[in-house]
Amino acid sequence: MRRGFAPWADAGARALLRLQGVSKRYGDIVAVDALDLDIFEGEFFALLGPSGCGKTTLLRLLAGFETPAQGSILLAGEDIAAVPPYRRPVNMMFQTYALFPHLSVAGNIAFGLRQERLGRAAIEARVAEMLALVQLEGLGARKPHQLSGGQRQRVALARALAKRPRVLLLDEPLAALDKKLRAQTQFELVNLQARLGTTFVIVTHDQEEAMTMAHRIGVMDRGRLMQVAEPSELYEQPNSRWVAGFIGEVNLIEGRVAALEPGIAVVAALGGHFRVGATAGVGPGDSVCIAVRPEKVRVANAPAAAPTDNCLAGSVVDIGYLGGMSSYQVRVADGFLVRAAIANATRRTTPPIGWDTQVCLTFAPQDAVLLTR
Amino acid sequence: MRPAPSLFNIVSVACGLAFLYLPIAVLVVYSFNASRLVTVWGGWSLRWYGELIGDQALIAAARTSLLIALASASAATLLGTLAALAITRFGADRGRTALSAMVLAPLVMPEVITGLSLLLLFVAINLDRGFLTVTIAHTTVTMCFVAVVVKARLADLDRSLEEAAMDLGCPPARTFLTVTLPLIAPALAAGFLLAFTLSLDDLVIASFTTGPGATTLPIRIYSDVRLGVKPEINAICTIMIATVALALIVASLALRRASSATTSRRPGAA
Repeated sequence: MRRGFAPWADAGARALLRLQGVSKRYGDIVAVDALDLDIFEGEFFALLGPSGCGKTTLLRLLAGFETPAQGSILLAGEDIAAVPPYRRPVNMMFQTYALFPHLSVAGNIAFGLRQERLGRAAIEARVAEMLALVQLEGLGARKPHQLSGGQRQRVALARALAKRPRVLLLDEPLAALDKKLRAQTQFELVNLQARLGTTFVIVTHDQEEAMTMAHRIGVMDRGRLMQVAEPSELYEQPNSRWVAGFIGEVNLIEGRVAALEPGIAVVAALGGHFRVGATAGVGPGDSVCIAVRPEKVRVANAPAAAPTDNCLAGSVVDIGYLGGMSSYQVRVADGFLVRAAIANATRRTTPPIGWDTQVCLTFAPQDAVLLTR
Repeated sequence: MRPAPSLFNIVSVACGLAFLYLPIAVLVVYSFNASRLVTVWGGWSLRWYGELIGDQALIAAARTSLLIALASASAATLLGTLAALAITRFGADRGRTALSAMVLAPLVMPEVITGLSLLLLFVAINLDRGFLTVTIAHTTVTMCFVAVVVKARLADLDRSLEEAAMDLGCPPARTFLTVTLPLIAPALAAGFLLAFTLSLDDLVIASFTTGPGATTLPIRIYSDVRLGVKPEINAICTIMIATVALALIVASLALRRASSATTSRRPGAA
């Protein structure tokens, strides 16, 4: 990922792709609901969400296979909502790859170029360039069914990039690959995108994939964008209970704001008081939720070292050994279960803190997030 | 390993095959009979095949049959493909089911009824019966067979292939010609050959809808046989069997090749 690339933070930057109030319905089902989104030139944008959240519909709206019921889709300032797919400077890589089985690899890559009525020599040169780009030199004459899954994926990518689209849409591009190949291909896709500078919009249901590859992630649920943010912000500063719960693991502790101190909200929850960094607009008496990630909760035999840290007493119910880390389930007041993750930094084989031990869970105020939604 | 076939299996298969093919085998063998008497074996000979060439009426009937089969199979392929496209691609689910049932119903319609209703229609609209009416009738009957074959192929076809073509800048009509058509071509060929053979051997519908000057081969054979079986009939029937068998073999090979070319995916074969 390129450092310092953040046009979304620049108020003066103009979006390459701008969706305004875009809605799409299938009968009674609202697939995309009054959605606004800006995607910038050169960005690697991921649409992430559970299945049925509308992310694929959104991608198909961008490709032109669906037309929105309402709203506009602006590409470089021009509304393309009613432009058919074959006249959009946007190309798509399909989940099934959709390679033409009756054409060779070169024929597949040349297909889009032929539609532009490019000269024979120009087409051949571009096909050779694309084959080199995806490291498939010498396989141009093969038919798709003579290729491995990974090779077919590359052909699909080369075919979609051959026309030099303004935006490349990728629908679950790595879903059909096995795990090892997927990790390698993620890396290659990121490098390719950085090299070409083409705007990529990828749809995925795999959080890790989105976090690894994208500049920004749009998390979708039931046709709405719940949060659009950089991966780290999405994880460390989720804007709602739903996003916090969807991305990674989290402890959500419901409570009520008891008092406000400068920059700190004191929240009454689980029969005690917690000090959490305040979010704007929170007032005393508001019902809020404290979100704290398991790896930010420390498990100790003794109470907190720093007096400002929050402390929860409980007993260890379960320990899950995951190799790199161990996952603790601790029962605290009201029978509430708190998860804590501890890195296994040494080669100890017995857990430093065993089952049924009385422990203190501590976390600093700035390591938790106060959620109102 | 499957167990070796038992005696019972072998006998039952042999009986079944004999039941199906013994009459045809007898006919084929007797077409090479040197004797004029159909029931008496007089040694091997190609005499009746030679005499066929001189039988102008039979040759004319064969020509008529071939022309009708070609014309009706072409029309049926076109209409059946359109019907299959309509069934698989357009309209709401309920309308599609109804359309599908209506297109496929003639498959099980008794031929006598189809023939009679067509005859009534032609009389009602005052269309002179002959080559055209038989062709129309055969098209009506065989297009549903084409529709069945093409529909199966279209249902197997990945829709994203067409979307990919459009995404790459290919307008819908050209997408149909450059992507859809090549991929369903084997089904069209199979449907055409099926329609061709059905038309070639139809007697019932043709005899309802034919008129002067459009005597098809089955009609000719049937009327000749009523005056007694001539050895030439055996010869022409053998030629017909060979033609139809060849067409069906080609059709099934075309379909099999098509399905293996597009479905032989090797997932994860890195």
